[in-house]
Amino acid sequence: MTVDLNTKAKNTWCPGCTNFMILTAFKNALTELINEGKIKKDKVVVGAGIGCHGKIADYVNVNSIISLHGRVVPTMTGVKLGNPDLTAIAFSGDGDSYAEGMEHLVHASKRNSDIKLFVHNNQVFGLTTGQVTPTSKKGYKGKSTPGGSIEEPINPSLVMLSSGATFVARAYTGDMVFLMQVMKKAILHKGFAHLEIIQPCISFADTRDYFKEKVYQIDSNLPKNDLKWAMEKVQEMEKIPLGIFYEVDKPTFEEQL
Amino acid sequence: MLKNKREKIYTILIGGQAGDGAREAGVNLARLLCKMGYYVFASMEYPSLIRGGHNFCRVSFSKEKIYSDYRELDAIIALNQEIVDIHRNELKKTGVIFFDNNLNSVSGKSGQLISLPISSYAKELNAPTLARTAVALGSLCYYYDLPLEDLNLVFTEIFGTKAQINIDLAKKGFDYLQDKNFDKIKFDKPDKKIKGQIIDGNAATGEGMVAAGMKNYIAYPMTPATSVLHHLAKQASKYDLKVTQAESEVAVINMVLGSAFAGTRTATGTSGGGFALMTEALSMAGIAEIPTVVVESQRPGPSTGVPTRTAQGDLQFARQVLGEFPRIVLAPGDQQEAYELGGKAMNLAWQYQLPVMLMLDKHLSESLSNADLKKIKIKPEKIKMGKGGKNYVRYAFSKDGVSPLCFPGTPDTIVKANSYEHSEDGLISESGEMTVEMFDKRFAKMKNLEKEITKMKGVRIYGDKKSKNVVIFWGSTKGAVLEAIKHTKKSIKAVQVLTLEPLPTKSLIGVLKGAKKIADIELNYTAALASLIREKIGIEIKNKILKYDTYAFEPMELAKKIDKIF
Ligand SMILES: Cc1ncc(C[n+]2csc(CCOP(=O)(O)OP(=O)(O)O)c2C)c(N)n1
Ligand SMILES: [Mg+2]
Repeated sequence: MTVDLNTKAKNTWCPGCTNFMILTAFKNALTELINEGKIKKDKVVVGAGIGCHGKIADYVNVNSIISLHGRVVPTMTGVKLGNPDLTAIAFSGDGDSYAEGMEHLVHASKRNSDIKLFVHNNQVFGLTTGQVTPTSKKGYKGKSTPGGSIEEPINPSLVMLSSGATFVARAYTGDMVFLMQVMKKAILHKGFAHLEIIQPCISFADTRDYFKEKVYQIDSNLPKNDLKWAMEKVQEMEKIPLGIFYEVDKPTFEEQL
Repeated sequence: MLKNKREKIYTILIGGQAGDGAREAGVNLARLLCKMGYYVFASMEYPSLIRGGHNFCRVSFSKEKIYSDYRELDAIIALNQEIVDIHRNELKKTGVIFFDNNLNSVSGKSGQLISLPISSYAKELNAPTLARTAVALGSLCYYYDLPLEDLNLVFTEIFGTKAQINIDLAKKGFDYLQDKNFDKIKFDKPDKKIKGQIIDGNAATGEGMVAAGMKNYIAYPMTPATSVLHHLAKQASKYDLKVTQAESEVAVINMVLGSAFAGTRTATGTSGGGFALMTEALSMAGIAEIPTVVVESQRPGPSTGVPTRTAQGDLQFARQVLGEFPRIVLAPGDQQEAYELGGKAMNLAWQYQLPVMLMLDKHLSESLSNADLKKIKIKPEKIKMGKGGKNYVRYAFSKDGVSPLCFPGTPDTIVKANSYEHSEDGLISESGEMTVEMFDKRFAKMKNLEKEITKMKGVRIYGDKKSKNVVIFWGSTKGAVLEAIKHTKKSIKAVQVLTLEPLPTKSLIGVLKGAKKIADIELNYTAALASLIREKIGIEIKNKILKYDTYAFEPMELAKKIDKIF
């Protein structure tokens, strides 16, 4: 059955923006999950931060709340506190989550709040037209760092693993089907799920060629409960591994209240 | 004039270092007095540290309602030397000092000193140090002819199975003076019981919010708001309430918004610094029309300021929180009003879909007085709910500005909330016209809101209602003002403003119009209320009694200041 997830909002992303892949993958993931009877459309709440990524809430016809820059994670923790029956899916950006709101990710991981966090990691502040973020490569030349950034980037997946997230995964907008599959698994995970979505920003950080060569999928049959392995795996730099690195079952914050 | 006369007010101070249990002892004394039928007011003083320091609880009581404690003391119970040294000159002529006989350098007029084996009795009975104040309370019962049985009842109610040791120690203290055949002094005894209980402002506020349907309380500890969190956490299971401590005030307030968006009545409490961190999200509550309640218990700032003391410095900030949107700012003046307005804040937030700030301060938050909570009827008031369905939009235009509310999870209904300006359906809008329409819609709420504050008596009048000598105040200052006007030379009309936003301008004009002289009384430097009145109704109040030394007003001192003006 087709599920109508379109809204009448006019899309304002750049033509060719990789956010379209994320949007399509998400709509497909929702449609499949709804049709499979695994989630109920009425119970889905999409949260969004502020950035190009955040507009996605306007483009999907489900309950939504566009929060503040950096704060979508506590907003969604609140949503789950207010009604634990809701399916809370948050969209955020690398500036939103890893700069402005990093503390919330650490704590949501720690308490295993039942939120799925999808971070559009384009390694740049998109909406404010191109500044360095915590995941920009050292040497990134943005409008605020014309001489090149002097800071090393952080590895979000590693931070999430060490904070206690019970689902840590990475995907790439270049493979929409794979992205959709990982999204589905994240949505069905019980507890805090962090999905880092690597995306080139065609306007301010065009990494298409770089990532095309670098990314590869890890063997999906490997056991997913080995924290040490996962921590090593997400740090691989030569080639960039994609997939679900870690997935364990732990009581969620909400069910223990 | 209120008829209460100063002679009938008694005050006992119990003090020691932090960890001595002076606070608990003071509260138990207050409970005992309340049981006997006295009206009580107990304030707490302590520095921002855990052990050592100078801590005391001061309990004033009377047969008639009292609103503040007094400095002049009938008795001091001293658990350390510092208490004696600092407070002995506050004793009335007939006043006495009960002190632990292990303090060696307590000297003074005979008849004024009563040495008690407080610590040695505690040691003898193997009691924890904290319990030793029971010895002093027992002696107090003998000396002032207070019923020891009632004290024992208090211990049983409060300590449950651990009450016995306190009861034993109290008996020892009682017998000690009895065996010595000490002269007794009798207080004016109350002739009837009074309804209600003693409660502090924070607990009363929490209870009020619960009565109005609160199911989530989320906070980050900050003095003097912390005990709202403690009180509610303790009561959580009784009230089917969830209490959550989050990682920061920024997290807290965003969680509050999320929870309310999901359909649950939710509140938080904090003080100045934490409140500052919440303002961006409060602004979101404004534009996204999310019912939000923040208890702001003020302490002296700026910044970290003086954490365990009191002030009224945040009013203008709360009224001005980032951006133009309708909001409500309420300030209760005593424990009973804290309960009343706690409930009101929650109900108004949900009836009008906006943020409500409840301004307390340390003096109100942590002081105890009698409150008859049952007298005030609070229930979750009906709110404007939507029917949902395919055509539902969250921000539907309506005459009164309040759009029918639906929550996510409603069948066949999509609820979209937004911190961006938006159209009726909650989708982002950058249109100038839509922005105007939405501003007008939100501010359309003001019309009914103004009626609402008249209904709830946003301005309250005390003292000589016909007097042309007027004092005006807000918040916890009420206590000292209502006591002070019992003692002023001229009869005074005292005007309390409970709703600071929206300001009940019509009532205020009515009340202030005929005044010969007006004095503004506030615990701050910049006279926020006086500025507000001048801004909103053009009346300039020249006479101001302002204090910013971190302590609450003392009734007798305030009376003198009022006398000077009128
Ligand atoms: C508190 C606050 N600070 C700054 C901004 C301005 N701002 C809007 S979007 C943005 C950066 C967005 O970057 P990112 O989260 O990576 O999202 P992207 O646009 O790349 O998807 C900033 C700094 C804001 N809206 N709020
Ligand atoms: Mg970005």
